[in-house]
Amino acid sequence: MTFARGVGQFYPVESPLHALDPRAKVVATALFVVGLFFVDSAAGFLAAGAVTAALVAASRVPLGAFLGLLRPVLFIVALTFVFQVLFLREGPTLLAWGFIEVHEEGLRLGLVLAARILILVTAAGLLTATTAPVALADGMEDLLSPLKRLRFPAHEVAMMMTIALRFIPTLGEEAEKISRAQAARGADFEGGGLLKRARALVPLLIPLTVGAFRRADELAEAMESRGYRGGVGRVRYRELRFRARDAAALLLTALAVGVAALL
Amino acid sequence: MADPTSISCEHLTFSYPGAAELALSDVSLKIPPGQYVGVVGPNGGGKSTLVRLLNGLLTADSGRVQVAGLDPATEPFEVRRLVGVLFQNPDNGLVAPFVEDDVAFGLENLGVERAEMRERVREAIASVGLAGYERREPHTLSGGEKQRVALAGLLAVRPEVLLLDEPTAMLDAAGREEVLSRVRDLAGSRTVLHVTHHLQELFDADRVLVLNGGRLAADTTPLELFSDAELLRENRLVLPTVPKLAADLGLPFCRTPEELAAAVARRSRDGVQAR
Repeated sequence: MTFARGVGQFYPVESPLHALDPRAKVVATALFVVGLFFVDSAAGFLAAGAVTAALVAASRVPLGAFLGLLRPVLFIVALTFVFQVLFLREGPTLLAWGFIEVHEEGLRLGLVLAARILILVTAAGLLTATTAPVALADGMEDLLSPLKRLRFPAHEVAMMMTIALRFIPTLGEEAEKISRAQAARGADFEGGGLLKRARALVPLLIPLTVGAFRRADELAEAMESRGYRGGVGRVRYRELRFRARDAAALLLTALAVGVAALL
Repeated sequence: MADPTSISCEHLTFSYPGAAELALSDVSLKIPPGQYVGVVGPNGGGKSTLVRLLNGLLTADSGRVQVAGLDPATEPFEVRRLVGVLFQNPDNGLVAPFVEDDVAFGLENLGVERAEMRERVREAIASVGLAGYERREPHTLSGGEKQRVALAGLLAVRPEVLLLDEPTAMLDAAGREEVLSRVRDLAGSRTVLHVTHHLQELFDADRVLVLNGGRLAADTTPLELFSDAELLRENRLVLPTVPKLAADLGLPFCRTPEELAAAVARRSRDGVQAR
């Protein structure tokens, strides 16, 4: 069993997109994703797709990373497409073959949804591929901090993200160790049907969970010993600077998505 | 430091909730600034409990604790900026996904100004010999390296007191040596309380406390402890190989194989002369 860090991972290369303030990137991505729901013409999607492709090129992240990101959603895209094409029966009939009927409206909506999902996932991938996880957590903390007045724990959420990022590889290593130890005792993680394989995971998950609680306990002690008391009076090591180019990036995104929606 | 004692405990008693026995019972001690004090004793003797009482992670049932003139039970945050604790498992002590962010963690909590923070982080990482490791992720480091990152995180805060809670227990021999030599080099004028199961780590200590069953069984010097077979046996302490061999041969305390060899040679020569 291998625990790859998964797609949608940060790619530490130098690019104009990497250099942007994480807050600008989060807001721009959000704008873009919301805007995408107002795009419904072929020209609009071409425009949005072209902008996304240009950004992917500008990010200097290998294309393979994005293809890897899209692979798991392809199934959903295909399914959505087929459903729309087969079951939406509006507009002129394009094809009729036995009980299968394809109508114009169905084909159109199928294509719209497919394009929307593919562009959306790529845009989200752009954000995570060009933003270091720590910067992303810091950015989220800043963006959520107005909600502190409503008692939303913005600092705590960001700290949770940071700790999760720190411990994912550690827990992965532990999972690998435990699964090897269980395999040595004759556990079989590979064979059998879905149910059998799910059940085989129980002897892996229980020690892993117990171990995670023990770690959490020790980590809490270490954090307290190092003077941690929540976000109060804390100064962050990393500084986020919102520069002119971040404002420009936000403006351009808003413009691009607005134009695509109007087309 | 104006205060002549760095750490003082008076009649310290503590029991964990639900436990029948006392984890610490009537422990009193005073440690002057700059002293290197070892703490040994069997498991469950109260060593880790003592460490946790000294920085306010636990609060005593009765008795008084003072660290650098402050009471950790009432001012834990103030005490923690003066006291650095190095725990046993470095895997669970590092908070941030990158070395430099982790070293900065304590400074972030204290609200140190950013420019100074950068300077102190850089210095601390260099002082433990890990310059160039700033952007490494903790899970890619060896145990000894992780523990040195943790040490750098403590030193960046510039504490007056270092509490070491078995920091080498999970390391191999090489890792143990690399961590301890850094501690020795960097302790400087700080007070150090070093909890350990390895007596050889305390050869250079100024003083050794033996905790057993929650009581202070002895407050002595390493040399006296090492030559007191009765005290060692009562507290299930095992001498390192070389001093053990010296003791078995009826020789005085020897720390290195060379010293032992010299002592053996001296005795055989004296023995030959006597004959």
